[in-house]
Amino acid sequence: MTEEPRPMPLPAIEVKDLCKRYGSVTAVDRVNLTVERGEIVGFLGPNGAGKSTTMRIVAGLMPATSGIAYISGIPVAWHPEEARSHLGYMPENNPLPEEMRVTEYLRWRARLKGVSNRQVAARVDEVMESCDLVRKARRCLIGTLSKGFRQRVGIADALLGFPDVIILDEPTIGLDPHQIMAIRRLIKELRGKVSVLISSHILPEIEQVCDRVIIINQGRIVASGTPDDLRDEFMPETEFLLIADLSALDVEAILLPFEPKVRVVNKGVVPSGNARRFVVTMPSTSSLAPVLLEKLWETQPGRVRELHGVVPSLEDVFVAATRRSWEMKTKIKNTGATPPGQP
Amino acid sequence: MNTLRILLILFTHELRILAISIPTYVAGAVFLTLMGGLYWFALLVSTSEREYTPLEGWFHLFALPLFFIVPLLTMRSFAEERRLGTLGALFSTPVRPLQVVLAKFSAAYALYLLLWTLALLFPLLAWWGLGSHGQHNDPRLLPVPTLVGGYIFVVASGALHVSVGILASSLTRSTFVAALLTFCALFLLVTIGNLLGRIPFATYSWTSFLQSPSEYLDTFKHLDVFLRGIVDTRPLFFFASGTLLALGLTTLSVESKT
Repeated sequence: MTEEPRPMPLPAIEVKDLCKRYGSVTAVDRVNLTVERGEIVGFLGPNGAGKSTTMRIVAGLMPATSGIAYISGIPVAWHPEEARSHLGYMPENNPLPEEMRVTEYLRWRARLKGVSNRQVAARVDEVMESCDLVRKARRCLIGTLSKGFRQRVGIADALLGFPDVIILDEPTIGLDPHQIMAIRRLIKELRGKVSVLISSHILPEIEQVCDRVIIINQGRIVASGTPDDLRDEFMPETEFLLIADLSALDVEAILLPFEPKVRVVNKGVVPSGNARRFVVTMPSTSSLAPVLLEKLWETQPGRVRELHGVVPSLEDVFVAATRRSWEMKTKIKNTGATPPGQP
Repeated sequence: MNTLRILLILFTHELRILAISIPTYVAGAVFLTLMGGLYWFALLVSTSEREYTPLEGWFHLFALPLFFIVPLLTMRSFAEERRLGTLGALFSTPVRPLQVVLAKFSAAYALYLLLWTLALLFPLLAWWGLGSHGQHNDPRLLPVPTLVGGYIFVVASGALHVSVGILASSLTRSTFVAALLTFCALFLLVTIGNLLGRIPFATYSWTSFLQSPSEYLDTFKHLDVFLRGIVDTRPLFFFASGTLLALGLTTLSVESKT
């Protein structure tokens, strides 16, 4: 007897060839992205890159010019109400009614999101507990809350309706480090339970929270993958920090015979002692890198004081990816060639 | 989810928002004061002239409070929510624009009818108070056909007037502009029939076909019919179709601007 093939679970979010044009301005240009179930994906891009527009289209708040977005396999443009019943969305700037109390507001939103009357009070208490709203903000008027508490109310609202997918547009904007850490903890707790698409300008935060990162620039997806994949793709060189009682020429003399593309930059004398700080750069593809540096350690054992690899931050990857897309666009503009992926 | 359940949730929310909003209380207080004053004025005039009953005179002045009560009740409905951005947040839940429009309309309309119902206490109190003291036993003080007909007119015309206010509020982010738009639209709606009626369309054969539509638009003529205790279905159809048109346009406006 053969086992019947199980149906593949549909992606939490699927976006195909999404375009949004305002007259001659293209805000979103053929965006394709997928967020799998239980995955936390960071959505990065400079201001005006098209992040919020893409998120608003996916949330069914704005029609696309062309292309299609699905939430849990439901086409958002055709069945917006059904799609939104699977979604928790916190918009940018998180607008809230000033004159309502936190509990009152969340109970109303829970009812609107289909939580049954019997479950409303318990569900609201549960999300308020998760978002640390119970002690200080429970009975407060929303208009009197600090920015941090308002953001928490927004996240609590997104969680209310037992959603499969949560979209958070800049959830940590304007928060202090303690509040950012609290929200980061909260998002981490959602891992595996719901799918999260989160946009932010704070890149270390994205790197700590997200399984995968999508970078958008000028309306186009310019990079997508895990932070490590993106480092490999956009940072073709590996950097090492070396502190040694050597000159740059000495270091080059040891390394160049083995790796001709190595570069050694003297960064000056360290404050304590005569040792100098060097940044040694070589191609990431060079398999010799660790071996060579080991050799350096062996040949000059007394003079090498410190040696470690410098992992490029997501910020470096973001800058490299956006710069590459700008350069490509300028090149296409100058040569009149067709951009890749377009007919 | 059940459409009616969502509608009820939105409606009770809108009522609550109106109940905690200061303009509602300002509107209520000014409306009731003005209606009380107008009834007293109608009583004085009817005592001296006897051409109209006090109730007829009072209902004839319905447009005066209408021009400010409807803008005050409806100006915030969409304009304020669009200014704050909460309308967008509302549409991130599984609600439809039509449900939101109907809920906002129903809440404002319910409040409008409540205020008119409270205002009807003035003639009832006058009848009870003056009658019981034997000072004014005029049977024309509370003619039932006028009272019922006048209230039916208020209910029917109120739906159109409130829906026009809701439409105006959906067109702008400014509550002030919404109130101004509503005032102008209501002024036009209430007076246009009367103004057109002064043009002698019937004099010339080529304009005579306009005579009938101009009479159809004359709100005060319809009011006179209702005040005689006659429920004419033609004005009811006019108010109902106008209300549906205004609410339909509001839904389109909300859909396009969200």
